[in-house]
Parts: sequence; C-alpha cells; structure tokens
Amino acid sequence: MSDVAFGHRGSSRFPAHSLDRLAGTSLKHEHLSAIRDEARCQGFFEVHAENYMGSGGPPHAVLTQIRQDYPVSLHGVCMSIGGPQPLDKTHLGRFKALVDRYEPALVSEHLAWSTHATTYFNDLLPLPYTDATLARVADHIDEVQTAIGRAILLENPSTYLVFPESTMSETQFIRELARRSGCGLLLDVNNVFVSATNQGFAALDYLADFPLDRVGEIHLAGHSAQADDEGEPLLIDSHDRPVADAVWELFEIVIGRAGAPPTLVEWDSDIPPWPRLAAEAAAARAIIDRVCRSLTEGAAHAA
Amino acid sequence: MRPEMQPDVRLDMRHEVPPDRSPTAGVAVSYAAHFAGALLDPGLPPPACVGGPRRKGVTNRYNVYRNNVTVSLINALAAVFPATQRITGDDFFRAMARFYLRARPPVSPLLFEYGHAFPAFIEQYEYARPLPWLADVARIERAWLDAYHAPDVEPLDPQALGRIPAEHLADAVLIPHPATQVLRSRFAALSIFSAHKGDNPPPQIDSGESEDTLVTRPNLEVVATRLPPGGATFLARLIAGDPLGAAAAQALAASPSFDLTANIAGLIEAGAFAAISLGEHDDGS
Repeated sequence: MSDVAFGHRGSSRFPAHSLDRLAGTSLKHEHLSAIRDEARCQGFFEVHAENYMGSGGPPHAVLTQIRQDYPVSLHGVCMSIGGPQPLDKTHLGRFKALVDRYEPALVSEHLAWSTHATTYFNDLLPLPYTDATLARVADHIDEVQTAIGRAILLENPSTYLVFPESTMSETQFIRELARRSGCGLLLDVNNVFVSATNQGFAALDYLADFPLDRVGEIHLAGHSAQADDEGEPLLIDSHDRPVADAVWELFEIVIGRAGAPPTLVEWDSDIPPWPRLAAEAAAARAIIDRVCRSLTEGAAHAA
Repeated sequence: MRPEMQPDVRLDMRHEVPPDRSPTAGVAVSYAAHFAGALLDPGLPPPACVGGPRRKGVTNRYNVYRNNVTVSLINALAAVFPATQRITGDDFFRAMARFYLRARPPVSPLLFEYGHAFPAFIEQYEYARPLPWLADVARIERAWLDAYHAPDVEPLDPQALGRIPAEHLADAVLIPHPATQVLRSRFAALSIFSAHKGDNPPPQIDSGESEDTLVTRPNLEVVATRLPPGGATFLARLIAGDPLGAAAAQALAASPSFDLTANIAGLIEAGAFAAISLGEHDDGS
C-alpha cells in the first residue's frame, strides 16, 4: 500500500476501529433496528455525506450512535470535483464540519460533476480527460484535501458515452490525478465492469492500468441492463440488486493484486431487508479471507 | 390520471458560468455547459460534445443521464412529500413533480431542502384544481421535514413560566424553538395529512373545515398538532417577537373564544419554545 495517510490520525472522541480486511455496507435507516438487534457485526458503514448536512435531528443521532460502534466511511456525492466551475465553498465547509465531527475512517468523493451554474442535477456527470481538465480537477482535489486536512479517496465513475476531445484514457487520468494531488483511490469494481461493457474495453486491461497501490477502498454494487442505439447492452450503475457474478470474479482478481482494502457493498434503490444486504457483505468477506489465506500459504511455501 | 396537456413551465436553461480567476480558467471549461444544456429538456438533441464509442450512436447513452437526473429528482420530491403522493397516486404525482423540477430544478445539493416552492406550484397546477387543499397538505409535509433537520435545542422547561413574577408576565418574550412552524389552512389540511401519513386507508374527512397546524420537534420526533381557536395568531405574534400580553390581545381580537392559559400550556408542552426572556426586566437583578 502507499504512504498516503488515508485514515484518521490523532486523538479521537471515538473508540478506535480497525478497517483491515473489513467488508461493509451502505447505511440505510430502514435497517437500523435490525442492525441494533444484531450481535455486533464485523463490518463498517458508509454514509452519503449530504444526508447528514442538516443542522440536527434524527440523522445526527443515528450517525453518532453508529460511529460509536463501527468504523464509518464518509462518501461525498456532490462536491462536483470534476466540474469546471469553482467548488462551492459553503458545501466544502459543510463537508469539513462532518469530517471534524465524526472523524470517519475513510473519506471519499467522485470523479464527476453534478452542479452547473446554480443547478444541482443529482447525478454523477462525466467529463473529458484532457490536460486542462486534469489541472482543474487536481486543483479541486487539493482544495478539498487542504480544507479537511487529510487525503481523500477518489472514485472511478461508471460512464455511458465518450468525449471525442479526450486526449488520455481514464486510467491515465486517474493515475496522474493521484500523483499530482496525493489523493488515494476508491476502486469501484462494478463501475469498471459497467464502463468496460459500455465503452467496449476489457475490464482486466483497465485493472492492469489502474494504480492499485493507491486504492484505499473498494466498492461493489449491482447493475441493470438497457440497450444502446445499436441494440447492444448498455449497463446502468443502478445499485438496486445483488452484485453480478462477473463483478465478484473481478473483485477476487483485484483482491489478489491489491491486498484487501476495506470493501463496501452499495445498495441504494429497491433496498432489500437487512439480512440480504448483510449477506452480500459476508460474501465479500469470504472472498477476502480466501484470497488472503491463499496468499499467505503461497508466501509460506515460497519461503 | 396522467395529464394530457403540458402547462407551459419550460425552464430557461441558458446558464452563465460564474467568473473564475484560477490559473486554468477559460481552458476547456465548456463541457459542463454543453452537457447540462439538454439534461432537463427531452426536446433537445444530445450535445455535440459527446458521442458513442467506436462511432456508435449517443442518444440512448445520453438519455441514461437525462433519466437519472429526472427520476432521481422526482424520487427526491416523493421522499419530501409522501402524503401528497399517496393522495394523488403515483402517476399524477410523478407527472406533477416532473413539471416542477423542470421549472424549478434544485439549487442546492442538499435534497432534503428541495421543494420549498412545490406547494405554491401545486396551487397553480391545473390538474390539481379539484384538490384545493393539496397545497396546504404539502406545506405541512415541507414544514415536517424542516423540523426533522432543525438544530438540536432543548425545549423550554415547562416550569420556567411559573418562575416569572406575575406582574412581569405580560412583558415576557418567548423564543421559538428552531423546529417550530405554524401553518394556517382554510381546509382540514392536518386531518388529510395525518390520514395519509401511513399506508392505512384514510377515514372520511370534511375537507372544508379550516385547521391551523403546529409543527414541533420537542426531542427527536416531529409532531404535527392542531392549534385551538386563536392559537395560530397567538403563536405567530410570539414568533414575530411580540411579548406575551400583546400576542394574547391579538389572539383574542382574532378569536373571542381564545383561551390564554390553555394555549400557553399546550404550546409549551408541544415544545414550541426554546427560551423565555423578560426583555428590559431580564437583567439578572
């Protein structure tokens, strides 16, 4: 792993939790009573930062309790880091306040944009990969990291189209962003599979080019399928179903190469009962344990 | 029940990019403006700055983003206004929400703050005219969510009023709790809202009876209760900063049956206030 300090450092108002080899899930309020009733699970929870940017009330009460019991990953969805316009300073201030208040184990954002002028589109919108956008996005990451006083993990997007003006591949772009800004990376394996299908490249080639040494978290999720203009599959990053078999296979390959960074199963729509989501995290943990065991045995044989 | 005709609520989507003096300003920054231009307007072709891979078509590909934006914002409104949706049915609500988000897309990434203009939009929405009370139900829902996210403040200690000397009571100023809101309706908006909060079939309601609603969050639970006669005027004057005596006089003028003692007790019990101040007398002496 890299020398970047992804995790929280220093004195804390919360108990220390390790993230080693952990598998977690999105935190959904409809699961709270089931989570409370369960004997303490080994995982961690990820929250969308924006849902906790209100002043007070139940969201903060819930997150405070969860943070006492589990490691928490703070996942920003709408900083618009990939947009051309300056970051929203008010929003950045709210984000920093959450980092300060909850001391999350992981902090992440997306290589995407969601606000243009004053309109918030509530989607992860794409950008061309050029020298100019590289400089701009690196500046934005630097601004976020300076504001919150720590490195973030940047997530690779699901994409559905291309910008002919792009002059570099997504992996080149991400590698250079990480080098310039010092950020870590959140590798969403489902996004790799979705983009590979939609763009017609091999997911394994993408992973071979991806700077795995900078990955501080992995995402898994389910996708749905539509058709493109030519009637061929166009996959949608829908987060509304179990992780696909092909994505599990890619995940196992990634774990074998990248070690076992904390892995999160996202499920944001058509949310199932807690046991179904917990089973997805357990499946991820089983793969992590199996791969790590075989790597250890392999090292023992080689010694 | 989907509307056949489309009210003219098309938004002018010509956005200005804010001025920017950073070193990369002006360099290849037009992609967001071009890409965003057609997101909320299905009548426009996909922007020229994007394409499909290997010369494939881009229409369905761009429509993924269009669909994500529109559906997710409709879902956001449905999450803010669940009772309104139960009343109208899903198809009606989603069509109405689609018109609204095209006219008034969010200006903040905090979607729990979206839709403050939705009740006024409903009031003007042609197809909602047979439901004249619907906008007031939506106002209660919007206030409910504001209260849900309001700052955590202890409500006023119920004993606090009793500690004020009787001769100073009329001058006392009650500071509202940040979650507190008053909503007045010519209709039975609170009864209709309450009947459609859950999935149970609603009872028969006389929608023509006017109701005033108090929304509070005394601890972590939002409560919507009906205010007695004169209560809305009384609380509105207190929120505006009037001292107790003046607010009571206004309430009595508005409603001769106004019961001061019952109203104060009810409001304090509901957690409507955060503090009490004696104004010029509140000098600690």
